[in-house]
Amino acid sequence: MSSGLTDLTLAEARDKLRAREISVQELTEAHLNAIESAKALNAFVVETADRAHADAAQSDSRLAKGEGGLLEGIPVAIKDLFCTEGIASTAGSHILNGFRPTYESTVSANMWREGAVMLGKTNMDEFAMGSSNETSHYGPVRNPWRADGDNRDLVPGGSSGGSAAAVAASLCLGATGTDTGGSIRQPAAFTGTVGLKPTYGRCSRWGIVAFASSLDQAGPMTRTVRDSAIMLRAMAGHDQKDSTSVDVAVPDYEAALDRSVKGLRIGVPAEYRIDGTPAEIAALWDQGIAWLKDAGAEIVEVSLPHTKYALPAYYIVAPAEASSNLARYDGVRYGFREDRDDLTEMYEATRAAGFGAEVKRRVLIGTYVLSAGYYDAYYLQAQKVRTLIADDFKKTWDRVDALLTPTTPESAFGIGEKSDDPVAMYLNDILTVPANMAGLPALSVPAGLSARGLPLGLQVVGRAFDEETVLQVGASLERAAGFDHRPMPWWRDQA
Amino acid sequence: MAAELSGILTWIEQLGEVDTEGVAPMTSVVGHALHHREDKVTDGDRRDDVLANAPETTDGYFVVPKVVE
Repeated sequence: MSSGLTDLTLAEARDKLRAREISVQELTEAHLNAIESAKALNAFVVETADRAHADAAQSDSRLAKGEGGLLEGIPVAIKDLFCTEGIASTAGSHILNGFRPTYESTVSANMWREGAVMLGKTNMDEFAMGSSNETSHYGPVRNPWRADGDNRDLVPGGSSGGSAAAVAASLCLGATGTDTGGSIRQPAAFTGTVGLKPTYGRCSRWGIVAFASSLDQAGPMTRTVRDSAIMLRAMAGHDQKDSTSVDVAVPDYEAALDRSVKGLRIGVPAEYRIDGTPAEIAALWDQGIAWLKDAGAEIVEVSLPHTKYALPAYYIVAPAEASSNLARYDGVRYGFREDRDDLTEMYEATRAAGFGAEVKRRVLIGTYVLSAGYYDAYYLQAQKVRTLIADDFKKTWDRVDALLTPTTPESAFGIGEKSDDPVAMYLNDILTVPANMAGLPALSVPAGLSARGLPLGLQVVGRAFDEETVLQVGASLERAAGFDHRPMPWWRDQA
Repeated sequence: MAAELSGILTWIEQLGEVDTEGVAPMTSVVGHALHHREDKVTDGDRRDDVLANAPETTDGYFVVPKVVE
Protein backbone atom coordinates (compact mmCIF):
# COMPACT_ATOMS: atom_id res chain seq x y z
CA MET A 1 0.00 0.00 0.00
CA SER A 2 2.90 2.34 0.71
CA SER A 3 3.52 3.97 -2.62
CA GLY A 4 6.73 5.73 -1.81
CA LEU A 5 4.96 9.00 -2.62
CA THR A 6 3.68 9.27 0.94
CA ASP A 7 7.18 8.70 2.30
CA LEU A 8 8.50 11.87 0.68
CA THR A 9 9.14 14.87 2.85
CA LEU A 10 7.26 18.04 1.98
CA ALA A 11 10.48 19.57 0.63
CA GLU A 12 11.25 16.51 -1.53
CA ALA A 13 7.70 16.44 -2.90
CA ARG A 14 7.87 20.16 -3.69
CA ASP A 15 11.11 19.69 -5.62
CA LYS A 16 9.82 16.66 -7.54
CA LEU A 17 6.59 18.48 -8.40
CA ARG A 18 8.48 21.50 -9.69
CA ALA A 19 10.73 19.21 -11.75
CA ARG A 20 7.55 17.49 -13.03
CA GLU A 21 8.94 14.10 -11.93
CA ILE A 22 5.62 13.42 -10.21
CA SER A 23 2.17 14.94 -10.66
CA VAL A 24 0.06 16.56 -7.97
CA GLN A 25 -2.77 14.21 -8.88
CA GLU A 26 -0.74 11.05 -8.23
CA LEU A 27 0.71 12.53 -5.03
CA THR A 28 -2.79 13.45 -3.86
CA GLU A 29 -4.21 10.06 -4.78
CA ALA A 30 -1.49 8.30 -2.79
CA HIS A 31 -2.38 10.35 0.30
CA LEU A 32 -6.13 9.84 -0.12
CA ASN A 33 -5.48 6.09 -0.32
CA ALA A 34 -3.33 6.25 2.80
CA ILE A 35 -6.13 8.07 4.65
CA GLU A 36 -8.65 5.51 3.44
CA SER A 37 -6.58 2.67 4.87
CA ALA A 38 -5.95 4.43 8.19
CA LYS A 39 -9.50 4.80 9.49
CA ALA A 40 -8.44 2.91 12.61
CA LEU A 41 -6.42 5.94 13.74
CA ASN A 42 -9.52 8.22 13.76
CA ALA A 43 -7.20 11.08 12.76
CA PHE A 44 -9.69 12.79 10.43
CA VAL A 45 -13.17 14.05 11.25
CA VAL A 46 -13.86 15.20 7.67
CA GLU A 47 -12.25 13.92 4.50
CA THR A 48 -12.45 16.16 1.45
CA ALA A 49 -11.49 13.89 -1.44
CA ASP A 50 -13.50 15.82 -4.06
CA ARG A 51 -11.94 19.08 -3.01
CA ALA A 52 -8.47 17.42 -3.02
CA HIS A 53 -8.97 16.19 -6.59
CA ALA A 54 -10.08 19.65 -7.75
CA ASP A 55 -7.16 21.36 -5.97
CA ALA A 56 -4.74 18.83 -7.46
CA ALA A 57 -5.96 19.35 -11.04
CA GLN A 58 -5.54 23.12 -10.67
CA SER A 59 -2.08 22.76 -9.16
CA ASP A 60 -0.97 20.45 -11.96
CA SER A 61 -2.03 22.98 -14.56
CA ARG A 62 -0.27 25.83 -12.72
CA LEU A 63 2.92 23.78 -12.39
CA ALA A 64 2.72 22.83 -16.08
CA LYS A 65 2.83 26.54 -16.88
CA GLY A 66 5.84 27.00 -14.61
CA GLU A 67 3.73 28.82 -12.03
CA GLY A 68 2.85 27.95 -8.44
CA GLY A 69 3.12 29.08 -4.84
CA LEU A 70 5.23 27.99 -1.89
CA LEU A 71 3.04 24.94 -1.22
CA GLU A 72 1.94 24.24 -4.80
CA GLY A 73 0.53 20.73 -5.01
CA ILE A 74 1.34 19.78 -1.40
CA PRO A 75 -1.41 17.66 0.22
CA VAL A 76 -2.10 18.96 3.73
CA ALA A 77 -4.56 18.40 6.55
CA ILE A 78 -6.20 21.16 8.57
CA LYS A 79 -6.93 20.93 12.28
CA ASP A 80 -10.67 21.17 12.75
CA LEU A 81 -10.26 24.35 14.79
CA PHE A 82 -9.77 26.33 11.56
CA CYS A 83 -12.93 27.54 9.87
CA THR A 84 -13.02 26.32 6.28
CA GLU A 85 -15.60 27.75 3.91
CA GLY A 86 -18.40 25.33 3.12
CA ILE A 87 -16.69 22.48 4.98
CA ALA A 88 -17.85 21.30 8.40
CA SER A 89 -15.80 22.90 11.19
CA THR A 90 -16.50 21.38 14.58
CA ALA A 91 -13.62 22.20 16.95
CA GLY A 92 -14.11 18.62 18.15
CA SER A 93 -17.32 19.71 19.86
CA HIS A 94 -20.91 18.57 19.60
CA ILE A 95 -22.03 22.18 20.06
CA LEU A 96 -20.72 23.03 16.57
CA ASN A 97 -22.62 20.13 15.05
CA GLY A 98 -23.52 20.94 11.45
CA PHE A 99 -21.60 24.24 11.38
CA ARG A 100 -20.35 25.08 7.90
CA PRO A 101 -18.54 28.41 7.94
CA THR A 102 -19.36 30.92 5.23
CA TYR A 103 -15.78 32.19 5.43
CA GLU A 104 -12.22 30.86 5.44
CA SER A 105 -9.63 31.31 8.21
CA THR A 106 -6.76 33.57 7.17
CA VAL A 107 -4.08 30.91 7.78
CA SER A 108 -5.82 28.26 5.68
CA ALA A 109 -6.64 30.88 3.00
CA ASN A 110 -2.91 31.76 2.89
CA MET A 111 -2.09 28.09 2.35
CA TRP A 112 -4.64 27.70 -0.49
CA ARG A 113 -3.25 30.87 -2.07
CA GLU A 114 0.17 29.20 -2.00
CA GLY A 115 -1.23 26.15 -3.78
CA ALA A 116 -1.74 23.58 -0.99
CA VAL A 117 -4.14 20.68 -1.61
CA MET A 118 -6.76 20.08 1.07
CA LEU A 119 -7.16 16.46 2.23
CA GLY A 120 -9.49 17.03 5.15
CA LYS A 121 -9.98 18.20 8.73
CA THR A 122 -8.21 16.53 11.63
CA ASN A 123 -9.58 15.37 14.95
CA MET A 124 -8.69 17.27 18.11
CA ASP A 125 -9.54 17.73 21.77
CA GLU A 126 -12.81 19.60 22.18
CA PHE A 127 -12.13 23.33 21.68
CA ALA A 128 -8.41 22.43 21.90
CA MET A 129 -8.81 21.70 25.63
CA GLY A 130 -6.81 18.58 26.31
CA SER A 131 -3.44 16.89 26.09
CA SER A 132 -4.50 13.48 24.81
CA ASN A 133 -7.19 13.98 22.16
CA GLU A 134 -9.56 12.06 24.43
CA THR A 135 -11.92 15.01 24.97
CA SER A 136 -13.01 15.06 21.30
CA HIS A 137 -16.71 14.52 20.67
CA TYR A 138 -15.57 12.35 17.75
CA GLY A 139 -13.63 9.91 19.89
CA PRO A 140 -9.95 9.61 20.69
CA VAL A 141 -7.23 9.50 18.05
CA ARG A 142 -4.94 6.48 18.32
CA ASN A 143 -1.23 7.19 18.22
CA PRO A 144 0.39 5.45 15.22
CA TRP A 145 3.19 4.51 17.64
CA ARG A 146 3.00 1.58 20.02
CA ALA A 147 5.46 0.54 22.67
CA ASP A 148 7.76 -2.37 21.83
CA GLY A 149 5.97 -5.71 22.23
CA ASP A 150 2.77 -4.04 23.42
CA ASN A 151 -0.41 -3.70 21.34
CA ARG A 152 -2.18 -1.29 23.65
CA ASP A 153 -3.41 1.99 22.16
CA LEU A 154 -1.55 5.13 23.14
CA VAL A 155 -2.72 8.74 22.93
CA PRO A 156 -1.14 10.94 20.24
CA GLY A 157 -1.09 13.89 22.63
CA GLY A 158 -3.29 16.92 22.22
CA SER A 159 -4.93 19.00 21.40
CA SER A 160 -3.63 18.74 17.81
CA GLY A 161 -3.62 14.93 18.08
CA GLY A 162 -5.27 14.20 14.74
CA SER A 163 -2.80 16.41 12.90
CA ALA A 164 0.16 14.79 14.67
CA ALA A 165 -1.12 11.27 13.96
CA ALA A 166 -1.81 12.12 10.31
CA VAL A 167 1.72 13.45 9.84
CA ALA A 168 3.35 10.55 11.72
CA ALA A 169 1.39 7.94 9.75
CA SER A 170 2.27 9.65 6.43
CA LEU A 171 -1.35 10.51 5.63
CA CYS A 172 -0.34 14.05 4.63
CA LEU A 173 2.89 15.98 4.05
CA GLY A 174 2.06 18.55 6.70
CA ALA A 175 -0.80 19.64 8.89
CA THR A 176 -1.83 22.77 10.71
CA GLY A 177 -2.02 22.78 14.47
CA THR A 178 -2.76 25.36 17.12
CA ASP A 179 -0.89 25.74 20.38
CA THR A 180 -2.34 27.43 23.45
CA GLY A 181 -0.30 25.62 26.11
CA GLY A 182 1.59 22.97 24.14
CA SER A 183 -1.06 21.66 21.72
CA ILE A 184 1.37 21.54 18.77
CA ARG A 185 4.59 20.60 20.55
CA GLN A 186 3.38 17.90 22.95
CA PRO A 187 1.62 15.83 20.23
CA ALA A 188 4.65 16.34 17.97
CA ALA A 189 6.86 14.89 20.74
CA PHE A 190 4.45 11.96 21.29
CA THR A 191 4.39 11.04 17.59
CA GLY A 192 8.01 11.57 16.53
CA THR A 193 7.14 14.61 14.42
CA VAL A 194 8.21 18.25 14.27
CA GLY A 195 5.88 20.95 15.60
CA LEU A 196 6.41 24.69 15.73
CA LYS A 197 4.48 27.21 17.78
CA PRO A 198 5.35 30.59 16.28
CA THR A 199 5.58 33.86 18.18
CA TYR A 200 2.21 35.17 19.32
CA GLY A 201 1.12 37.50 16.51
CA ARG A 202 3.11 35.76 13.76
CA CYS A 203 0.07 33.96 12.32
CA SER A 204 -3.38 35.48 12.14
CA ARG A 205 -5.95 34.02 14.53
CA TRP A 206 -8.84 35.19 12.34
CA GLY A 207 -11.20 32.33 11.57
CA ILE A 208 -9.66 30.00 14.14
CA VAL A 209 -12.22 28.99 16.77
CA ALA A 210 -11.06 30.87 19.87
CA PHE A 211 -9.97 29.06 23.03
CA ALA A 212 -7.72 31.49 24.96
CA SER A 213 -7.17 34.49 22.73
CA SER A 214 -4.03 35.84 24.41
CA LEU A 215 -2.28 32.46 24.06
CA ASP A 216 -3.62 30.76 20.90
CA GLN A 217 -1.24 30.55 17.96
CA ALA A 218 -1.34 28.50 14.76
CA GLY A 219 1.68 26.63 13.49
CA PRO A 220 2.95 23.82 11.26
CA MET A 221 3.30 20.09 12.06
CA THR A 222 5.54 18.10 9.72
CA ARG A 223 8.05 15.25 9.59
CA THR A 224 11.14 17.49 9.24
CA VAL A 225 12.32 20.87 10.44
CA ARG A 226 12.72 22.03 6.81
CA ASP A 227 9.10 21.14 6.11
CA SER A 228 7.95 23.25 9.07
CA ALA A 229 10.07 26.15 7.81
CA ILE A 230 8.41 25.92 4.39
CA MET A 231 4.91 25.67 5.84
CA LEU A 232 5.32 28.50 8.33
CA ARG A 233 6.36 30.91 5.59
CA ALA A 234 3.10 30.16 3.77
CA MET A 235 0.94 30.40 6.91
CA ALA A 236 2.39 33.55 8.50
CA GLY A 237 1.84 37.21 7.86
CA HIS A 238 0.05 40.33 9.02
CA ASP A 239 -3.72 40.35 8.76
CA GLN A 240 -5.95 43.42 9.05
CA LYS A 241 -8.65 41.17 10.48
CA ASP A 242 -6.61 40.21 13.56
CA SER A 243 -5.48 43.25 15.53
CA THR A 244 -2.94 41.12 17.42
CA SER A 245 -1.25 39.88 14.25
CA VAL A 246 1.97 41.78 13.90
CA ASP A 247 3.14 43.65 10.82
CA VAL A 248 6.70 42.37 10.54
CA ALA A 249 8.27 40.85 7.44
CA VAL A 250 8.02 37.05 7.03
CA PRO A 251 11.52 35.79 6.24
CA ASP A 252 12.49 32.81 4.10
CA TYR A 253 12.81 30.45 7.07
CA GLU A 254 14.34 27.72 4.95
CA ALA A 255 17.42 29.87 4.41
CA ALA A 256 18.13 29.74 8.16
CA LEU A 257 18.39 25.95 8.26
CA ASP A 258 21.83 25.54 6.80
CA ARG A 259 23.44 28.10 9.10
CA SER A 260 25.80 26.54 11.61
CA VAL A 261 25.02 26.92 15.29
CA LYS A 262 28.71 27.64 15.86
CA GLY A 263 29.02 30.51 18.30
CA LEU A 264 25.31 30.52 19.24
CA ARG A 265 24.68 30.67 22.97
CA ILE A 266 22.21 28.00 24.10
CA GLY A 267 20.63 28.38 27.52
CA VAL A 268 19.79 25.40 29.72
CA PRO A 269 17.25 26.45 32.36
CA ALA A 270 17.81 24.75 35.72
CA GLU A 271 14.11 24.95 36.67
CA TYR A 272 13.13 22.59 33.84
CA ARG A 273 14.82 19.73 35.72
CA ILE A 274 11.62 18.81 37.49
CA ASP A 275 11.50 16.29 40.32
CA GLY A 276 10.25 12.94 39.17
CA THR A 277 11.30 13.41 35.55
CA PRO A 278 12.20 9.99 34.15
CA ALA A 279 15.94 9.39 33.79
CA GLU A 280 15.56 8.84 30.05
CA ILE A 281 14.15 12.34 29.60
CA ALA A 282 17.07 13.84 31.53
CA ALA A 283 19.48 11.71 29.47
CA LEU A 284 17.91 12.89 26.22
CA TRP A 285 18.28 16.49 27.34
CA ASP A 286 21.95 15.92 28.18
CA GLN A 287 22.38 14.32 24.77
CA GLY A 288 20.84 17.37 23.09
CA ILE A 289 23.20 19.65 25.01
CA ALA A 290 26.15 17.51 23.89
CA TRP A 291 25.02 17.59 20.26
CA LEU A 292 24.82 21.38 20.22
CA LYS A 293 28.15 21.69 22.01
CA ASP A 294 29.74 19.39 19.42
CA ALA A 295 28.26 21.58 16.68
CA GLY A 296 30.07 24.56 18.16
CA ALA A 297 27.38 26.18 20.31
CA GLU A 298 28.20 27.61 23.70
CA ILE A 299 26.11 26.13 26.51
CA VAL A 300 25.02 28.54 29.24
CA GLU A 301 23.33 27.55 32.51
CA VAL A 302 20.42 29.93 33.09
CA SER A 303 17.66 30.39 35.64
CA LEU A 304 13.97 31.07 34.94
CA PRO A 305 12.85 31.27 38.58
CA HIS A 306 9.07 31.54 38.01
CA THR A 307 8.84 28.44 35.79
CA LYS A 308 6.94 26.36 38.37
CA TYR A 309 4.16 28.94 38.49
CA ALA A 310 3.58 29.02 34.74
CA LEU A 311 1.22 26.04 34.69
CA PRO A 312 -1.05 27.08 37.58
CA ALA A 313 -1.14 30.65 36.17
CA TYR A 314 -2.05 29.19 32.79
CA TYR A 315 -4.94 27.31 34.40
CA ILE A 316 -6.38 30.62 35.50
CA VAL A 317 -5.72 32.72 32.39
CA ALA A 318 -6.72 30.12 29.80
CA PRO A 319 -10.03 29.06 31.41
CA ALA A 320 -10.88 32.72 32.11
CA GLU A 321 -10.51 33.58 28.44
CA ALA A 322 -12.25 30.36 27.42
CA SER A 323 -15.25 31.02 29.62
CA SER A 324 -15.81 34.33 27.92
CA ASN A 325 -15.01 33.09 24.39
CA LEU A 326 -17.37 30.14 24.75
CA ALA A 327 -20.27 32.31 25.93
CA ARG A 328 -21.16 32.70 22.24
CA TYR A 329 -22.42 29.10 21.97
CA ASP A 330 -26.03 29.70 22.84
CA GLY A 331 -27.92 27.63 20.27
CA VAL A 332 -29.20 30.74 18.47
CA ARG A 333 -26.81 31.71 15.69
CA TYR A 334 -25.00 28.52 14.73
CA GLY A 335 -24.43 24.93 15.73
CA PHE A 336 -26.43 22.66 17.92
CA ARG A 337 -29.63 23.64 19.74
CA GLU A 338 -31.56 21.69 22.34
CA ASP A 339 -35.13 22.89 21.86
CA ARG A 340 -37.04 24.19 24.88
CA ASP A 341 -40.11 26.43 25.24
CA ASP A 342 -38.28 28.90 27.47
CA LEU A 343 -35.24 30.86 26.23
CA THR A 344 -33.11 30.47 29.37
CA GLU A 345 -33.90 26.78 29.52
CA MET A 346 -32.94 26.48 25.86
CA TYR A 347 -29.55 28.11 26.56
CA GLU A 348 -28.93 25.86 29.54
CA ALA A 349 -30.02 22.65 27.85
CA THR A 350 -28.02 23.48 24.71
CA ARG A 351 -24.82 24.12 26.65
CA ALA A 352 -25.38 21.17 28.98
CA ALA A 353 -25.77 18.78 26.05
CA GLY A 354 -23.36 20.50 23.66
CA PHE A 355 -20.21 20.75 25.79
CA GLY A 356 -18.16 17.84 27.09
CA ALA A 357 -16.86 17.42 30.64
CA GLU A 358 -13.44 19.07 30.18
CA VAL A 359 -14.94 22.14 28.50
CA LYS A 360 -17.48 22.44 31.33
CA ARG A 361 -14.70 22.21 33.93
CA ARG A 362 -12.80 25.04 32.28
CA VAL A 363 -15.83 27.25 31.74
CA LEU A 364 -16.71 26.83 35.43
CA ILE A 365 -13.16 27.56 36.61
CA GLY A 366 -12.87 30.52 34.26
CA THR A 367 -16.14 31.99 35.39
CA TYR A 368 -15.17 31.49 39.03
CA VAL A 369 -11.73 33.16 38.77
CA LEU A 370 -13.28 36.16 36.98
CA SER A 371 -16.12 36.58 39.46
CA ALA A 372 -16.31 39.62 41.72
CA GLY A 373 -14.54 38.85 44.97
CA TYR A 374 -12.17 36.30 43.41
CA TYR A 375 -10.92 38.34 40.46
CA ASP A 376 -7.98 39.94 42.32
CA ALA A 377 -6.88 36.80 44.12
CA TYR A 378 -6.95 34.57 41.05
CA TYR A 379 -7.08 36.35 37.70
CA LEU A 380 -5.15 39.51 38.53
CA GLN A 381 -2.52 37.54 40.47
CA ALA A 382 -2.12 35.16 37.51
CA GLN A 383 -1.62 38.06 35.10
CA LYS A 384 1.05 39.49 37.42
CA VAL A 385 2.77 36.12 37.58
CA ARG A 386 2.58 36.07 33.81
CA THR A 387 4.54 39.33 33.71
CA LEU A 388 7.20 37.74 35.95
CA ILE A 389 7.42 34.69 33.69
CA ALA A 390 7.86 36.88 30.59
CA ASP A 391 10.48 38.96 32.46
CA ASP A 392 12.43 35.79 33.33
CA PHE A 393 12.77 35.06 29.61
CA LYS A 394 13.59 38.68 28.73
CA LYS A 395 16.47 38.69 31.20
CA THR A 396 18.02 35.58 29.67
CA TRP A 397 18.08 36.98 26.11
CA ASP A 398 21.08 39.15 27.06
CA ARG A 399 23.04 35.98 27.68
CA VAL A 400 21.63 33.38 25.28
CA ASP A 401 20.20 33.14 21.75
CA ALA A 402 17.86 30.22 22.39
CA LEU A 403 16.89 27.78 25.15
CA LEU A 404 16.98 23.98 25.03
CA THR A 405 14.65 21.82 27.16
CA PRO A 406 12.75 18.55 26.84
CA THR A 407 9.29 18.99 25.27
CA THR A 408 7.37 16.72 27.62
CA PRO A 409 7.97 15.10 31.01
CA GLU A 410 7.23 11.63 29.58
CA SER A 411 6.50 9.68 26.40
CA ALA A 412 3.00 8.89 25.08
CA PHE A 413 0.70 7.30 27.67
CA GLY A 414 -2.18 4.89 27.26
CA ILE A 415 -5.69 5.86 26.23
CA GLY A 416 -7.73 6.15 29.43
CA GLU A 417 -4.67 6.22 31.68
CA LYS A 418 -5.08 9.81 32.91
CA SER A 419 -8.73 10.52 32.16
CA ASP A 420 -9.75 10.43 35.83
CA ASP A 421 -7.27 13.01 37.07
CA PRO A 422 -7.42 16.46 35.41
CA VAL A 423 -4.34 17.81 37.22
CA ALA A 424 -2.21 14.80 36.18
CA MET A 425 -3.30 15.49 32.60
CA TYR A 426 -2.49 19.21 32.91
CA LEU A 427 1.06 18.40 34.12
CA ASN A 428 1.85 17.14 30.62
CA ASP A 429 2.17 20.76 29.50
CA ILE A 430 4.50 21.83 32.29
CA LEU A 431 7.48 22.34 29.95
CA THR A 432 5.56 23.88 27.04
CA VAL A 433 3.22 26.36 28.78
CA PRO A 434 5.88 28.97 29.74
CA ALA A 435 6.56 29.83 26.06
CA ASN A 436 2.84 30.50 25.54
CA MET A 437 2.64 32.65 28.66
CA ALA A 438 5.50 34.77 27.26
CA GLY A 439 4.34 34.59 23.61
CA LEU A 440 7.66 33.12 22.44
CA PRO A 441 8.34 30.83 19.46
CA ALA A 442 9.06 27.20 20.39
CA LEU A 443 9.77 24.08 18.39
CA SER A 444 9.68 20.37 19.23
CA VAL A 445 12.08 18.09 17.36
CA PRO A 446 12.08 14.28 17.63
CA ALA A 447 15.42 13.38 19.21
CA GLY A 448 15.29 9.75 20.28
CA LEU A 449 13.29 6.78 21.49
CA SER A 450 12.41 5.82 25.04
CA ALA A 451 13.38 2.44 26.49
CA ARG A 452 9.91 1.25 25.39
CA GLY A 453 10.57 2.38 21.83
CA LEU A 454 8.44 5.54 21.91
CA PRO A 455 9.49 8.92 20.49
CA LEU A 456 10.81 11.70 22.71
CA GLY A 457 11.18 15.35 21.76
CA LEU A 458 13.49 18.24 22.54
CA GLN A 459 12.18 21.79 22.67
CA VAL A 460 13.92 24.94 21.42
CA VAL A 461 12.55 28.29 22.63
CA GLY A 462 13.63 31.58 21.06
CA ARG A 463 13.23 35.33 21.19
CA ALA A 464 9.99 36.88 19.96
CA PHE A 465 9.84 36.82 16.13
CA ASP A 466 13.12 34.92 15.94
CA GLU A 467 11.72 31.68 14.54
CA GLU A 468 14.80 31.60 12.31
CA THR A 469 17.19 30.87 15.18
CA VAL A 470 14.73 28.37 16.64
CA LEU A 471 14.59 26.52 13.31
CA GLN A 472 18.36 26.79 12.88
CA VAL A 473 18.96 25.14 16.27
CA GLY A 474 16.19 22.61 15.56
CA ALA A 475 17.80 21.65 12.26
CA SER A 476 21.14 21.14 14.01
CA LEU A 477 19.50 18.83 16.59
CA GLU A 478 17.69 16.99 13.81
CA ARG A 479 20.93 16.38 11.91
CA ALA A 480 22.70 15.16 15.05
CA ALA A 481 19.83 12.94 16.20
CA GLY A 482 19.35 11.34 12.78
CA PHE A 483 15.87 10.34 13.91
CA ASP A 484 14.58 8.15 11.08
CA HIS A 485 12.30 5.84 13.05
CA ARG A 486 8.78 5.41 11.77
CA PRO A 487 5.86 3.63 13.41
CA MET A 488 4.94 0.14 12.18
CA PRO A 489 1.78 0.55 10.04
CA TRP A 490 -0.46 -1.74 12.14
CA TRP A 491 -3.46 0.47 11.33
CA ARG A 492 -3.60 -0.30 7.62
CA ASP A 493 -6.94 -1.73 6.60
CA GLN A 494 -8.07 -2.28 10.17
CA ALA A 495 -11.70 -1.40 10.61
CA MET B 1 -17.09 17.21 39.03
CA ALA B 2 -17.22 19.23 42.29
CA ALA B 3 -14.31 17.22 43.71
CA GLU B 4 -12.31 17.69 40.51
CA LEU B 5 -12.90 21.44 40.54
CA SER B 6 -11.82 21.65 44.17
CA GLY B 7 -8.68 19.70 43.31
CA ILE B 8 -7.84 22.06 40.46
CA LEU B 9 -8.49 25.17 42.57
CA THR B 10 -6.37 23.88 45.44
CA TRP B 11 -3.56 23.26 42.99
CA ILE B 12 -3.72 26.75 41.43
CA GLU B 13 -3.83 28.41 44.85
CA GLN B 14 -0.03 27.98 45.05
CA LEU B 15 0.13 31.21 43.02
CA GLY B 16 -0.68 33.04 46.23
CA GLU B 17 2.87 32.43 47.46
CA VAL B 18 4.43 34.53 44.65
CA ASP B 19 5.41 38.04 45.68
CA THR B 20 3.80 40.28 43.05
CA GLU B 21 4.09 43.55 44.97
CA GLY B 22 4.56 46.33 42.40
CA VAL B 23 4.30 43.98 39.41
CA ALA B 24 2.03 45.15 36.59
CA PRO B 25 -0.44 42.54 35.30
CA MET B 26 0.26 41.32 31.78
CA THR B 27 -1.92 42.98 29.19
CA SER B 28 -0.14 41.95 26.00
CA VAL B 29 2.80 39.66 25.30
CA VAL B 30 3.55 41.52 22.09
CA GLY B 31 5.00 44.96 22.64
CA HIS B 32 3.67 46.34 19.37
CA ALA B 33 1.16 49.16 19.27
CA LEU B 34 -2.20 48.26 17.85
CA HIS B 35 -2.60 48.87 14.16
CA HIS B 36 -4.86 51.71 13.05
CA ARG B 37 -6.80 51.31 9.86
CA GLU B 38 -8.83 53.74 7.89
CA ASP B 39 -12.26 54.34 9.41
CA LYS B 40 -14.37 52.87 6.67
CA VAL B 41 -16.85 50.04 6.26
CA THR B 42 -15.03 46.86 5.21
CA ASP B 43 -17.73 44.28 5.66
CA GLY B 44 -21.49 43.87 5.86
CA ASP B 45 -24.52 43.22 3.68
CA ARG B 46 -24.13 39.49 4.28
CA ARG B 47 -27.42 38.65 5.93
CA ASP B 48 -27.80 35.27 4.31
CA ASP B 49 -24.25 34.25 5.28
CA VAL B 50 -24.87 35.34 8.87
CA LEU B 51 -28.09 33.35 9.06
CA ALA B 52 -26.84 30.33 7.12
CA ASN B 53 -25.94 28.26 10.18
CA ALA B 54 -28.76 29.21 12.52
CA PRO B 55 -30.81 26.32 13.93
CA GLU B 56 -33.99 28.27 13.11
CA THR B 57 -34.68 31.42 11.07
CA THR B 58 -37.67 33.13 9.56
CA ASP B 59 -37.96 36.19 7.29
CA GLY B 60 -34.29 37.03 7.75
CA TYR B 61 -34.31 36.79 11.55
CA PHE B 62 -32.96 34.35 14.14
CA VAL B 63 -35.79 32.55 15.90
CA VAL B 64 -35.72 31.89 19.66
CA PRO B 65 -38.38 30.71 22.11
CA LYS B 66 -40.91 33.40 22.99
CA VAL B 67 -39.51 35.88 25.54
CA VAL B 68 -42.35 38.44 25.78
CA GLU B 69 -45.68 37.40 27.20
